[in-house]
Order: sequence, then C-alpha cells, then structure tokens
Amino acid sequence: METSKVSIIVSRGSLEGIYPALIMANGARMEGMEANLFFTFFGLDAINKEHYQHIKVSTVGEPGLHLATMLGALPGMSALVTRQLMKTMDELDIPPIPEFLELVSDSGGGLYACQASVDMFKLSRDNFIEQVNDIITVGDFYEMADGGHIIFT
Amino acid sequence: MPQATYANTPVEVNEQGFFADPSQWTEEMVPEIAASVGIDGISERHMEVIRFQRAQFEENGDGVSVRALSKLSGVPVKELYALFPKGPAKLSSLIAGIPKPHGCI
Repeated sequence: METSKVSIIVSRGSLEGIYPALIMANGARMEGMEANLFFTFFGLDAINKEHYQHIKVSTVGEPGLHLATMLGALPGMSALVTRQLMKTMDELDIPPIPEFLELVSDSGGGLYACQASVDMFKLSRDNFIEQVNDIITVGDFYEMADGGHIIFT
Repeated sequence: MPQATYANTPVEVNEQGFFADPSQWTEEMVPEIAASVGIDGISERHMEVIRFQRAQFEENGDGVSVRALSKLSGVPVKELYALFPKGPAKLSSLIAGIPKPHGCI
C-alpha cells in the first residue's frame, strides 16, 4: 500500500452522507494511513454537540431508497427509516455516529471544522464535540492534505 | 509464493507478508515477524493482543478488526494504536500468523 494519507471532506448532514466518510477514515487508520476528516457546510452537524446524536437519513430525492418521493416527504418518514437502518447497523455491530467519531479520534484520525462554514452558521469551538482538533481554513486544509488523496462526500 | 524465514524456519507468506499457512506459525517467531513490520521490542501487552487474535482465528476462522479487537480484548483503541501504529488489527494478525481480518470497522 503506497497511499499514506487521505483527507475526507464531509459536506452533508445526513446519515448516508456521514457514515461512508467515517468508515473510510477509520479504514484508512486500520491500514496505517494518516486520515483527516474535514467537516464543512451541513456536514458540521456530524460534530455539532446539539445535532450529532440525531443524524437522520435523507428520505427525499434518493432513488436508492425505493420510496415514492411523496412518501419520503411525509412527517416522521426520515425518523422511521433512520430507526430501521440503525437497528440493522446495530445488528452488524456498526457503531452509532458519536461512538464512531470517538473511534476515529482514538485511532489518531483528525477531526476538523471548516472555518468558512463555522462563520456562516455563526458557530464557535464550544458548539463542537471535544474530539474536534481545530477549526481550520481551506488553506490549512490543503496544506494538511498535501501529498495524499482527497475524497469529497 | 514468497518465502520468509522466522526462528530459523522457512514459511510461505503472501505479498503483504501474511502467513499462507497459519499452521506454520509458532510463538517463537513473533519477535522476528514483528521486526519485519517495524515493531522492535515485543512487550507482554503486544503478546496479549497477538494471542487474542490467534485465539479468535482458531475459534472463528478469522481475526477481528479494530473495534471488535478493542471491545473484546479490553485493550483501549488508543493503546492498540500505540502498540501497533501502522494498524493494530492488521499487524497483530500478521504477527499472529493468521490472514488479514475481513471486518470493515
């Protein structure tokens, strides 16, 4: 394995937008690669103390759910689909998002918030979980990502 | 298939260094296998993890990946990475003479 570093940008605040990034970051660490997660835009919900325990599946505009768009928009549908999915994941021993973030952090993976998005949503360090390493600019991000792969989710 | 020699015994390994035949492994080989992946000085704590993976394999036909390794062995994730910086589940399996675990998390 020649790739030694991966930087993953999480831009969405949905369950299906966040999990793949966590799995890939953890997987990179398991391979001995350096891994950093960069949370931007709605992806900030994944590390926001108020929201990170309540991340839901987006049930509108996802053909893969095989659910009529009108049904997906019904109140409570997102919570229902999320509950079902979380149950399956629990059976497969896939950790919930808070525990997964802790795993990535304990594994030595970096968690970073995007400065521009933090400003845009009027947030500060206090809004984020303790595992977050720092709030960084896009320039910092490119410096950190230099020489490795960048993945956008 | 490539060969390696540990504890004066030739063994078959794959391209990544994992044992092709886990029955060729003995505990005496551990320090030399560990050195081949950059881990010098095997502690009793390393051995705990290595023996744990070996036992998992003998029981279930597969080692465990990092989350299960920590949960089941009781060794915290941070410590696992301190012991095996280049991948705890992968390297403890390689040193234990078993295939790379199939888990994703």
